[in-house]
Amino acid sequence: MMKKLLKLSAIATLATATLATAGTLDDVKKAGVLKCGVNTGLPGFSEADSKGQWRGLDVDYCRALAAVVLGDASKVKYVPLNAKERFTALQSGEIDVLSRNTTDTETRDTSLGINFTGVMYYDGQGFMVPKALGVKSAKELDGATVCIQAGTTTELNLADYFRANGMKFKAITFDTNDQVTKAFVSGRCDVLTTDASGLYATRTKLANPDKYVVLPEIISKEPLAPAVRHGDDQWFDIAKWTRNALLTAEEKGLTMANVDDAKAKSTDPETRRLLGVEGDMCKNVGLDKECFYRAIKQVGNYGEIFERNVGVNTPLKIERGLNALWTKGGLQYSPPFR
Amino acid sequence: MPSFLRDEKVRGILYQIITIVLFVGFLFYIAQNTAHNIEQRGIKTGFDFLNATAGFDITESPIPFTPKSTHWDVFKVGLLNTLIVSFWGIVLSSLIGLLIGVWRLSPNWLISRIAAGYIETFRNIPVLLQILFWYNVVLATLPATRHSINLFDTVFINNRGFFMPEFVFGPGSWLIGAALFFAVVAIYFVNRWAKKRQEDTGEQFPVFLTGVILLILLPLLAYFLAGRPITAVYPELHGFNFKGGKTYTPEFLALLFALSIYTATFIGEAIRSGIEAVPKGQKEAATSLGLSPLQQLRLVVLPQAVRIAIPSIINQYLNLIKNSSLAAAIGYPELVTIFAGTSLNQTGQALEILLITMLTYLLISLIVSLILNWFNAKMKIKER
Ligand SMILES: N[C@@H](CCC(=O)N[C@@H](CS)C(=O)NCC(=O)O)C(=O)O
Repeated sequence: MMKKLLKLSAIATLATATLATAGTLDDVKKAGVLKCGVNTGLPGFSEADSKGQWRGLDVDYCRALAAVVLGDASKVKYVPLNAKERFTALQSGEIDVLSRNTTDTETRDTSLGINFTGVMYYDGQGFMVPKALGVKSAKELDGATVCIQAGTTTELNLADYFRANGMKFKAITFDTNDQVTKAFVSGRCDVLTTDASGLYATRTKLANPDKYVVLPEIISKEPLAPAVRHGDDQWFDIAKWTRNALLTAEEKGLTMANVDDAKAKSTDPETRRLLGVEGDMCKNVGLDKECFYRAIKQVGNYGEIFERNVGVNTPLKIERGLNALWTKGGLQYSPPFR
Repeated sequence: MPSFLRDEKVRGILYQIITIVLFVGFLFYIAQNTAHNIEQRGIKTGFDFLNATAGFDITESPIPFTPKSTHWDVFKVGLLNTLIVSFWGIVLSSLIGLLIGVWRLSPNWLISRIAAGYIETFRNIPVLLQILFWYNVVLATLPATRHSINLFDTVFINNRGFFMPEFVFGPGSWLIGAALFFAVVAIYFVNRWAKKRQEDTGEQFPVFLTGVILLILLPLLAYFLAGRPITAVYPELHGFNFKGGKTYTPEFLALLFALSIYTATFIGEAIRSGIEAVPKGQKEAATSLGLSPLQQLRLVVLPQAVRIAIPSIINQYLNLIKNSSLAAAIGYPELVTIFAGTSLNQTGQALEILLITMLTYLLISLIVSLILNWFNAKMKIKER
């Protein structure tokens, strides 16, 4: 029901919204709160804890953006969305930014009226099976029944992979990850497939995580990135450079703990520009000079965000891998602040 | 005021014209605005996507479907699945509803309480919860593939579904169909003849028994005459799962159960009030003719009760069809789940897809109401 209402309301806004609405930045400033679309519950990425406090890598991006724009990382209104609802929510203006383990793809970028701002997590699709099945490789899955979530790239990759390998499968498709997991645990499917990050996160929620194994194959590229509405370049720039600031902060060794110190003492020109000591960094997008400094101060750099939410010391135990900085053999790379 | 405006009729027409113009203008404005906004935001529009490759798979499909099929195929599969589950739901809910409605008025206290309990329970729980309940019950109680319940090596039941033999019609099968048709025609004539004989002589003829015998005997004869052309393909355990035969998935069964059980409560109530609306004199007259209670019910009361109940039963059928769209919760691939769900999400063309979906439901509802209304008009008690 919610979903239908959401879709209808999206259409209603498209139908009635008078154009030339003020930019998203002005709207957010006026509202005093950033409306951020997040996952309904994916440990490590976006999950509300027992006190109703949202946590996760995707959540921390929202917090950083709120710090940049509103000066306060806590001024975020989280809108939990499932895979099918997310794009409609962004198109209709129900949220200002979508930060929900969403893969950047050509079709989405060009036909949904949205723009992806920059990869927060390089991922790929994997498979999880019960150990008892005795399967060692995805190539042995011919004829298997697979549980997947509707409205994801997962659905499409799965069909591609089995087709390319001349194998058959049966897909059982649900609306939410909870239902997918439930069906998998009850034995309705042989295999659960989604982004590898999603597999690790889902596994932490299972009663007997040790009874399941993740197969070695990664069958797709899933660059997970936040997205904003098409057509508001100012807002797009802010969202994009917020991510870049988090990466550059890590590159420069700026952390929540030492950023004040660095701001006062650093002699590195790029650090000084990033923190607003020199130059006009945020000015062009209509913000004050210290906008990025605040994000680093309140939320931390990319490495801190990663380790805190999904890193090796969390239940997810994910290595940096592709998500290490380019200087450390990974893919995370920010254009220069100048 | 010009004189013609004083004419009430002219004024009435004028008001209507103004209203229509305003309304059409409003629609036009909305359409215009929508198109403009969509373009501004760079959202794709148009119906080209229907010919684009869907790229995902649908497991439960009455027609061949592969990831290479188009979104138009997705629409067709969804529509067929909606119609299939609705059809069986209507059959099943009518049967249960009839039973419950009659039981509800049974002089036997226990039976009438059971019926009342059934109605009160299942009518007051939201149908979505019932769907989820049945789904989880089905999944939780049935064994895994390797421990399937095995009925005579022909039917296998596990948490992947019910696997039954499927019949394959070889050459010569038409003979059996012809025999079946012949049997039906024969029954029609026997029935006519028996009626006439009863009217003329008062003697009864066992029409029902004859009918059953004809229906079984003739096709059976044809089957052997044609050299046993029908064979069955039995489900067989193969790798991960059973292959061959016909499969009823837990998703389909849970949805069918939930919809039928829920809708049956309303149909039962409709039948009950139908029976209560049949004048007492009818039953008394039937009793004085010496009909047994079952005969009274079958020949006198129910035919009238059902006629009275038909309009509200039609509504329940329509509700059932619409409620089948709740299947998204358990992943049965009907129209809303796969077309207004998955296709919509993969293409992002919400406007077009919702429009098509809504029109389709409207059309189904209209067709069903038309058929049933025609039936209703035909069945109405002809007052002379
Ligand atoms: N990255 C993929 C998949 C994203 C996705 O929705 N993943 C699922 C499975 S891990 C999920 O997050 N489900 C959580 C939920 O809907 O509650 C995409 O963008 O399509």
